[in-house]
Amino acid sequence: MMWLARLLAVSAKEVRQLSRDRITIGLIVGIPTIQLLLFGYAINFDVRGVSTAVLDQAQTSLSRRLIGDLGATQVLGEVRQAGSERELRLLIQQGESNVGIVIPPDVERRIADGNRAVMQILVDGSQPALENVAQGLGAMPLLRRAGLPPQNRPVEILVAYNPAKRTAVQIVPALCGVILTMTMVIFTASAIVRERERGNLELLITTPVSSGELMAGKLLPYVVIGLIQTTLILALGYWLFDVPVAGSLIDLYIGALLFIAASLSLGLFISTLAQTQFQAMQMAIVTMLPSILMSGFMFPFEGMPKVAQAIAQVLPLTHFNEIIRGIALRGAALTDMRPELAKLALFLVVMLAFSIARFRKRLD
Amino acid sequence: MTIAITARDLARRFGAKYAVAGIDLDVPSAEIYGFLGPNGSGKSTTIRMLCGLLVPTRGTVTVLGHSMPKDAEILRRKLGYMTQRFSLWDDLTVAENLEFMCRVYGLDRATRRARLADRMRTYDLEGLAAQRAGTLSGGQRQRLALAAATLHDPVLLLLDEPTSAVDPQSRRDFWESLFALVARGTTILVSTHYMDEAERCHRLAILDAGRIAAEGEPKQLAHDIDATVIEIGDVDFIPARRALATLPEVRSVAQLGNRLRVLMPRDAREPVERLRAALAADNAGASVERVGASLEDVFVAATRLRAEQAAPGRAA
Repeated sequence: MMWLARLLAVSAKEVRQLSRDRITIGLIVGIPTIQLLLFGYAINFDVRGVSTAVLDQAQTSLSRRLIGDLGATQVLGEVRQAGSERELRLLIQQGESNVGIVIPPDVERRIADGNRAVMQILVDGSQPALENVAQGLGAMPLLRRAGLPPQNRPVEILVAYNPAKRTAVQIVPALCGVILTMTMVIFTASAIVRERERGNLELLITTPVSSGELMAGKLLPYVVIGLIQTTLILALGYWLFDVPVAGSLIDLYIGALLFIAASLSLGLFISTLAQTQFQAMQMAIVTMLPSILMSGFMFPFEGMPKVAQAIAQVLPLTHFNEIIRGIALRGAALTDMRPELAKLALFLVVMLAFSIARFRKRLD
Repeated sequence: MTIAITARDLARRFGAKYAVAGIDLDVPSAEIYGFLGPNGSGKSTTIRMLCGLLVPTRGTVTVLGHSMPKDAEILRRKLGYMTQRFSLWDDLTVAENLEFMCRVYGLDRATRRARLADRMRTYDLEGLAAQRAGTLSGGQRQRLALAAATLHDPVLLLLDEPTSAVDPQSRRDFWESLFALVARGTTILVSTHYMDEAERCHRLAILDAGRIAAEGEPKQLAHDIDATVIEIGDVDFIPARRALATLPEVRSVAQLGNRLRVLMPRDAREPVERLRAALAADNAGASVERVGASLEDVFVAATRLRAEQAAPGRAA
């Protein structure tokens, strides 16, 4: 148990030093909070009160009921009636309306047929966020509420769209991964490089402490910090943005733990390459940018070119995004996430192997 | 006399340059062995090879009977190392630093408490226990570093320029501590570029450009110096230096206050007369006399002369 005593000695020292580093302590809580508030409030794909033009070519009681239902949602604001398709397009073109809804004359037959679009939604393509509105409208169970049989293609949307639902729900879990990537990689990379830079490592490696004990002892406090940050993000997400966790919290924490370990191992690997904290920081940023841009956090994964998708497969964040979205939003169980978990574990093992191979108890 | 460290043809290359270019060492037990040399002479590199921080490019090292770097891990329990730079943690207190080092060496709680109290007393750190290491003075840091390096009662202490940032009084105290350790049987290898410290060592190796230029007891080194030392007084310095520079056998001229100290080859014939003749033109009344060599003369003779051999005519 001597190894454990030494490992814990290193951890205890690390915690003590951390507790005296007020800026880092601030960052541990500050990064998740600020990021969450920024992304949660500032990035908002939700659109409400969109001005709408409606062209009702059917003029039946059913078509009027459809229009009434659409108007009842908070998504559509002012609803104008257009007399012709030309007038409808003009309203959109002039910016009077942002969305146009066309109900064709044969709407009842289309509903009965079940395979043809019941209505068309025209979207002002210059405002990307509106595409989401169209999608939202399309997903609304209007027709079922109208007491009609389910339709295969109830709405035809005339603009390509990104699948997106309520922004906060989508962004909070994904943000959890982004924030953990930021803090875990940077903290560990700089924590180890700092000792090298200040010359502490030269002394440490002449003591009986082994490389494994040293690394594990240094990482242990950051695992705990990562779990604290996860909790903070989930709690803030729940209180501020009403984002619940649909699946099991234990499953989610197990997934987070694996992701934290993978991120720490990346930080560790960086620390074996970098000679100064500045270099470590730069390398951390180099790994962070693709994580944020390519993991499906910002842009839908499906829309990326093949090369980008291949790179994304290497990034732990890509897989963690899948895991946390699955568990938090879709209520999936951890067992449904086996491929992602396996990829994270593989990343962890490979990074640790590289780090241990590179970290020698020597100066050369 | 038992030998603590043996090295044969020890060399270390960085890129194309040899920092240590093949040295032989025999460091006796329970003595202070000094490495004297200018910056870049290979002192730190040698010490780092001896404690397993660097792997030699060639040569063999045996430390306390263990072959290095193969047995580095075993040796780590018997060895204390003080780095050139203060390398304890600035943001931990004196007591916390020592406590951590005790734990790293795997000392149990009772031993830890006893050692901590003892080292605090020995190295006069008791009043500083709760102070952060980063706020200590140079001398205090040195005492803390020595306390940390001796917590596990090492048989061998390697000290890499331990007093380079310390005032003279602290240096004196520090050396008293070293002799106290030696009295208890500890072997100490210390590198320095201070002559007065070198003189305190039992034995000394003068390092220059990765080689041992001279080795032995300081007194003996001064006695055996491969040069004749002559002091010149009552001179007008500028013409005197000019005159001395014309003599091919003058290897080094250094000014000490109002005297000039001249090194000439040991086999130079009638050196005093030669110098007097050279000075006659401008400094007829100068006093010229042979004196005993100091350690600095030994150092200059051992280091400067090699450079002179490489680039002749650039003495003084």
